[in-house]
Amino acid sequence: MNKHFLGDTTVLLGRSLRHIARSPDTIITTTVMPIAFLLLFVYVFGGAIKHGSGAYVTYLLPGILLITIASGISYTAFRLYLDMRGGIFERFQSMPIARSSVLWAHVLTSLVANLVSVAVVVLIALAMGFRSDAGALAWLAVAGILILFTLALTWLAVIPGLSAKSPDGASAFSYPVIFLPFVSSAFVPTGTMPAPVRAFADNQPVTSIVNTIRDLFAQQPVSSDIWTALAWCLGILIVAYAFAQATYHRKVA
Amino acid sequence: MTVQQAQAIHVQGLEKSYKKVSVLHGVDFDVARGSIFALLGPNGAGKTTVVRILSTLLKADAGTASVDGFDVVTQPASVRESISLTGQFAAVDEVLTGRENLTLVARLRHLKYPGKIADDLLERFSLTDAAGRKVSTYSGGMRRRLDIAMSLIGNPPVIFLDEPTTGLDPQARIDVWQAIRELTTHGTTVLLTTQYLDEAEQLADRIAILHQGRIIVNGTLAELKQLLPPAKVTYVEKQATLEDVFFAIVGDDGKSAGTADDHSTAAHTS
Repeated sequence: MNKHFLGDTTVLLGRSLRHIARSPDTIITTTVMPIAFLLLFVYVFGGAIKHGSGAYVTYLLPGILLITIASGISYTAFRLYLDMRGGIFERFQSMPIARSSVLWAHVLTSLVANLVSVAVVVLIALAMGFRSDAGALAWLAVAGILILFTLALTWLAVIPGLSAKSPDGASAFSYPVIFLPFVSSAFVPTGTMPAPVRAFADNQPVTSIVNTIRDLFAQQPVSSDIWTALAWCLGILIVAYAFAQATYHRKVA
Repeated sequence: MTVQQAQAIHVQGLEKSYKKVSVLHGVDFDVARGSIFALLGPNGAGKTTVVRILSTLLKADAGTASVDGFDVVTQPASVRESISLTGQFAAVDEVLTGRENLTLVARLRHLKYPGKIADDLLERFSLTDAAGRKVSTYSGGMRRRLDIAMSLIGNPPVIFLDEPTTGLDPQARIDVWQAIRELTTHGTTVLLTTQYLDEAEQLADRIAILHQGRIIVNGTLAELKQLLPPAKVTYVEKQATLEDVFFAIVGDDGKSAGTADDHSTAAHTS
């Protein structure tokens, strides 16, 4: 059974990537909102924000990248929902394939689509003056954290993708995730926030991830934030994976 | 054991309820190899539930079922090697082309030469002209034919067709019937569910009527007809049916207009 896992996943991954290639609007609409935030905050609000030294776009980019991923995974849920509703999911499940490859193909597609969106946003940021002297190792570390964050949110997206009753229901879960960076260190330093808000901002996952990526871009030694960031990503990943698997087994005998 | 092996499908005492709603209470039937067996019943009779259990998508609460000699609970992987499911709604990929849909299934069945398999089936189901078009542009009848073609890949010995002609126009329906009849000439066993009496009459070697979660009658068409008192001969003037009129106007055998321009009449039920 499992001997076909890699082959089947590759075939199904090819199928979903073809979907994306034929409707590149899903990549475009994923990047529109983060790019709009980037423009708005750099050219409208940014001048009034005291963030410390350096260009504000450089300060802002890590949070914007997380928003990009959060808005991208709503399509992961949507694509899965379409397969469930269209009956092709059941067709695959009744075939002699490694059954888990159907979900894994969706997960890997989500990873590829989000990395493309993130690359587009980074290019726009470069055009707007984002600069980093970070070396290859630091960039790899940034990529690794973003991949882990994407995987965690992707498995989270699998849950509504499998169980939603409508397309809106499938993608609506991502809205709170998109707005989580606003109450974090992504846009402004948390020091100016009232105590209860600051307590929340300092202790939610986005702040530690943003701080880590920011340190990596700035070539500063990363603080203990990196361990908090990794713990959040892995924790969300494990819990979401478990719930996604449970949802899957409820749907398929 | 020998009886079980001689049967392509063996179902005994199948029970299933969803939450508190009991759908199947004790379904028994056998399907002989190479035959077409129709499970006839109104909407909600439990036809789809039976098909989902037999295709290992759903677990029964009680009873046993085997397909091609393999138990659906203990040997699901072997069952999936032996079957193909054509669900109630054409399970095709709308974004891919017809040919890509076929090669996708051929690859997932781990067959050699997926391109050649696809081309042969496109030819057999008169879809060659539409092969390179996205399935979202297909009519209901074309979608259904593609759907059935996808089920034939790898020549599975048992094929489940769940309401294959629901929502199709008369011409597309005849095309699908023709395709189903051809299957049995290759020795394939077909389990067909339908709510149309004439469909069962046209296609099936044996017909079972599923009513309120039980099989209430099971036999050949001739046997079922004997359940009624013998026919009395009366003379009735032969009136043309609407179907006769339809085909007289549109074309005699329904082939001429069956491929591309049945867009408007092909309702896609949901």
